[in-house]
Amino acid sequence: MAMLEVKNLSKSFGAQTVLKDISFNVEKGDVLAIIGPSGSGKSTLLRCINQLEKASGGSVDVCGINMFKSNESGRLVYANSASLRDIRLKVGLVFQNFNLFPHMNVLRNITEAPVRVLKKSRADAEKIAMELLGKMGLSEKAKSYPCELSGGQQQRVSIARALALSPEMLFFDEPTSALDPELTGEILKVIKELAADGMTMIIVTHEMSFARDVADHVIFMEGGVIADEGTPEELFGENASERTKQFLQRY
Amino acid sequence: MTGEEIQKVTMILLKYLLPTLKIFGFTLLYSIPMGMIVALLKMCKIKPISWLTNIYILIMRGTPLMLQIIVAYYSIPMLKQNEHLPGFIQSLLGSIDIQAENFMFNTVIVAFTLNYAAYFAEIFRGGIESIPKGQYEAAAALSMNKFQTFFHVVLPQVVKRVIPASANEVIVLVKDTSLANVVSYAEITLKAKQQMQTYSSLTPLFIAGIFYFVLAMILSVAASFVEKKLDYYK
Repeated sequence: MAMLEVKNLSKSFGAQTVLKDISFNVEKGDVLAIIGPSGSGKSTLLRCINQLEKASGGSVDVCGINMFKSNESGRLVYANSASLRDIRLKVGLVFQNFNLFPHMNVLRNITEAPVRVLKKSRADAEKIAMELLGKMGLSEKAKSYPCELSGGQQQRVSIARALALSPEMLFFDEPTSALDPELTGEILKVIKELAADGMTMIIVTHEMSFARDVADHVIFMEGGVIADEGTPEELFGENASERTKQFLQRY
Repeated sequence: MTGEEIQKVTMILLKYLLPTLKIFGFTLLYSIPMGMIVALLKMCKIKPISWLTNIYILIMRGTPLMLQIIVAYYSIPMLKQNEHLPGFIQSLLGSIDIQAENFMFNTVIVAFTLNYAAYFAEIFRGGIESIPKGQYEAAAALSMNKFQTFFHVVLPQVVKRVIPASANEVIVLVKDTSLANVVSYAEITLKAKQQMQTYSSLTPLFIAGIFYFVLAMILSVAASFVEKKLDYYK
């Protein structure tokens, strides 16, 4: 059973179609990289699977739980709120702009959801948080506030925050786009370590060499459709489509 | 005025500091939570609710507080004389005892609360709307429900953002309490006016001014203290 099954997903904002007929699967332990020019619908795709946007058509299943599908009359029906909540807990999301809670220190940022949502005791949640911070190399920043951290450190905290709910899958929405080139390395290293640990991930990125290194499968999106896909060797190799080659030339 | 007279007037005014502070305190106590509710109603997605709330805010901010105090105080006795009102309104009015000792104070508080809630509502709405969408999305991605998101993520940040503007309102309120003298509510300004006539001197008004000034000073020091306290994050 695939961890994530996306079938014929479509999304439009009013008359404007931003996603058309997107289908793909992600198996457990796989890393999928989504690349493509700005405005190609990569982020919207991630946001639809994450319930931050409502899809317009198709179906999505996460870990065998249906999120939405079309009924007999062709109308899109979302699952009940309990299923949607289950799905949400299985999927972690890391944002381009980190979106840490500025009024909470690092430790609190990470423990807030486990305590409030999973009803963990604060002591348990803090133990897990400190382990995660250790992994991210940020143990000594537990009591700092987000505004006192560099962008790279903030992004590592936000990865720890997502991991604290022990999701089955982790989504990254351009995790390094808001960072100095000098700081992207530390984030990419963390993601590589997660991949080595067997974390299932979808990464929307503009870091081509990174996508090539870390991904098992790459999707090239353009104009709201999957223009090309395959293994990194296929997409970044000689046999890729003309358009893919043209796009990749710029990197 | 002699030094002894000044001392005497000061003691009299000091006695009426309490009624002034009572208006101040009760108005804050009621208008801040009410302002929060009004702010949420104005942002309500159900349009008629948002419109009605907006009309309320327009009236409260568009007419003088002094006028509102007069209306609040005199409307009930006047309506009581009207025999053409529907029965349930008449019985409702009948249940209000206009001879009661607290009647004047209560109507003054109603007028102040309705007025200040409108101002606070606009400040709070601005604060809530200034919270970036990403904060809601991060909370949603972490499976927090709407209640948790509002009370643990949004509201603490709103509090910090609205402190400067709210402190301003609070300082204005200290001075606005003097408007209650328009319905002869016995507070500092009313007493100062009486003493002014007794002694044919402006000194009582000057003393009253010092009272307000000191109160406003205390409040602005308190406000900057709170602002500093909340300065641990940006």
